Amino acid sequence: MTGTEDTRVSRRKLFGMAGAGAALVGTGAAAGFGANRLLGGDSPAQAAQSVVEFHGEHQAGIVTPVQENLHFVALDVTTKDREKLVKLLRTWTDAARRMTAGREVGTGGAVGGAPAAPPSDTGEALDLAASSLTLTIGFGPSLFDDRFGLAPKRPAALIDLPLFPADKLDPARSGGDVCIQACADDPQVAVHAIRNLVRLGFGVTAVRWSQLGFGRSSSTSRAQSTPRNLFGFKDGTRNVKAEEADVLRDQVWATAEDGQPWMAGGSFLVARRIRMHIETWDRESLRGQEGIVGRSKGAGAPLGQAAEFDEPDFNVGGAGGEKLIPEDSHVRLASHENLNGARILRRGYNFVDGSDGVGHLDAGLFFLAFNRDTRKQFVPMQQALSSKDAMMEYLQHTGSAHFAVPPGVREGGFWGEGLFA
Amino acid sequence: MSRRFPLAALAGVGALVLTACGGGEETPAAAGGPIKVEASDSACAVSVNTASAGNVTFEITNKGSKVTEFYLYAEGDRIMGEVENIAPGLNRRLIVEVAEAGKYQTACKPGMTGNGLRGDFTVTGGGAKQTDPNSQKAQAVKSYAEYVANNTKALDEETTKFVALVKANKAEEAKAAYARTRVYFERVEPVAEKFGDLDPKIDAREADLEPGQKFTGFHRLEKDLWVSGLQPDAPQIADQLLADVKELVTKSAALELNALDLANGAKELLDEIATGKITGEEEAFSHTDLSDFQGNLDGSKAAIASLRPLLQAKDPALVSTLDKEFGSVQALLDKQREGDGFKLYTALSQDQIKEFASAVDALSEPLSKVAEVAAQ
Repeated sequence: MTGTEDTRVSRRKLFGMAGAGAALVGTGAAAGFGANRLLGGDSPAQAAQSVVEFHGEHQAGIVTPVQENLHFVALDVTTKDREKLVKLLRTWTDAARRMTAGREVGTGGAVGGAPAAPPSDTGEALDLAASSLTLTIGFGPSLFDDRFGLAPKRPAALIDLPLFPADKLDPARSGGDVCIQACADDPQVAVHAIRNLVRLGFGVTAVRWSQLGFGRSSSTSRAQSTPRNLFGFKDGTRNVKAEEADVLRDQVWATAEDGQPWMAGGSFLVARRIRMHIETWDRESLRGQEGIVGRSKGAGAPLGQAAEFDEPDFNVGGAGGEKLIPEDSHVRLASHENLNGARILRRGYNFVDGSDGVGHLDAGLFFLAFNRDTRKQFVPMQQALSSKDAMMEYLQHTGSAHFAVPPGVREGGFWGEGLFA
Repeated sequence: MSRRFPLAALAGVGALVLTACGGGEETPAAAGGPIKVEASDSACAVSVNTASAGNVTFEITNKGSKVTEFYLYAEGDRIMGEVENIAPGLNRRLIVEVAEAGKYQTACKPGMTGNGLRGDFTVTGGGAKQTDPNSQKAQAVKSYAEYVANNTKALDEETTKFVALVKANKAEEAKAAYARTRVYFERVEPVAEKFGDLDPKIDAREADLEPGQKFTGFHRLEKDLWVSGLQPDAPQIADQLLADVKELVTKSAALELNALDLANGAKELLDEIATGKITGEEEAFSHTDLSDFQGNLDGSKAAIASLRPLLQAKDPALVSTLDKEFGSVQALLDKQREGDGFKLYTALSQDQIKEFASAVDALSEPLSKVAEVAAQ
């Protein structure tokens, strides 16, 4: 740690000084290498608190308590040279190590490099803390073709997702050879991370699609309150939580016995961009909305119960014998009681991508879920929802992708090391 | 349109010494007279493929039906000398000063496109390789300045013809000449941008004009030819364009460049592609964007080729990356050739455009690192 409050130069001051091509010498510009970014007014101790450990048995960004902001990118590999791809994975891992620790990318960083060279860090996260940044990589089915000899290593669970009823998928928002999920407390930190990784990838990878998300729509820890999605309902009450070790073991983490030893400690990520027709939803009565979801809008209690975390009782009937939690309600169809015990770890985000040109907001839920075997968990769940869920009237799946998320990285290792061994 | 670098001081006169000339008033130094080059649409016959170091003279005859160009390349396509715009039936002379022994290549480019018809050429005797960075830089600047001079000269010649067609109301022929003329401008665009007022007068797009600003130059005539028909003031616009081009030729001849200008110019040409050509905005009416794209790429490649000895000494890995990525972009362009030129930009699919964009990104990233090496 060499960077401290008093070695930072304000942007204004920098621009004031620099004439055309003037070299910045002796201005005390923060040393790039090894310098920690600090949030204005934060002590180094506070800044350090927001660092999520990058290394471990599993990748960070899965059971990590969900951060508030997302920048997700899917890339295609454009090179045919396996060595180049491996080299990029090493470069990316090194950059991810640095950025998740709150440090800049590359020697010299944003302002400490040669004046005639483009800075190695893009600079928009200078002065910002690590902000609980996590970076999580995944490999799509299309990577396991004959280009890099990976076909034999394709996990059986990494299927090409089937087309579900009512899908309206845009190819420009679907698929990808590689994905990187960046989550952070500060949106600029997440954007900075993806931007710099994309930049490092030019010539080896190219962006296929990307998605910004805000306001986590799930919680992955009992320490977190349940947030609301853009329908105004609490979302993720019964999500798999970091504290449920048995469930994680059985339903989230892949094992060597599952078929591909390189995936042991990894997981499978399903990404779905779900457009919500919020304008028509907002015209639905309160009772109607609650019936569609299967929970009360205020407390988030299952219908027929009193509090959010009460277990739903799917057998309770009301007047005339109608089930209180309707047969076609979202909660019922997605519940593990109705899916042979299958659960998934959800980690989705809200999005509003401007408007659609015909007077509506292009808004919805960017659904991210991790499971051990997509064939047995996500697919049956989505089939039930797509065909029966009353909510489908207000939803449209516009993007879809599936990735094998490798296990965590050890010190000195790199992303996907086992796959390319 | 970036103008991040201040204008270099304008030299008095004759900053550029031309080795390429159409007149042939110089006498060849090599014994045995000039080397004859017979160019056609499909062949490039060079009478002798070896010469002693010193001044080597080529005499090129275009016996084909397409306009051609002749180049003498050093390793990595560094241009030692070139003649542009050799019309069918014409004879042109090129005198190149080759100080170092080594392997070179001759090339004819019928239709002014692609890699050309190559032949090996050996130079014997002469001095050792120049390894002093300062003389390498000087050599790079000199070689690129010649490239600029040749291209601005060709731009002058072709604009003269184009303008004559416009004024004679020969719309179809003017349309056929339009893209071919613009290639020369696109090759040296960063140089044109050094002259803040000239560039917009020659090359402003209608969409970029400020309120009250007059729409002039190439794109105004493009709109007339492709969309609205030649307007009553088209002859004046055409005369003004030619006058502006001639001013550009004069001014660029007096421009003193340095190695950093070359590096930044090479990068800026790719930026032009990324921000203007990839979007199809440059040639909004004629859709001849791919021809401009090729011009930008040629110009960038020429600037890098001039710097090659310097870069090779300091960062050989960067040089091989650049070679590869230039090749990738060129290969994509070659797929879109049609007749003497390119397919219309509107004929490309979104996937093809994305492929171009990725290849341009892959080239631009290492290009952005050249300036630092050149500045050392």
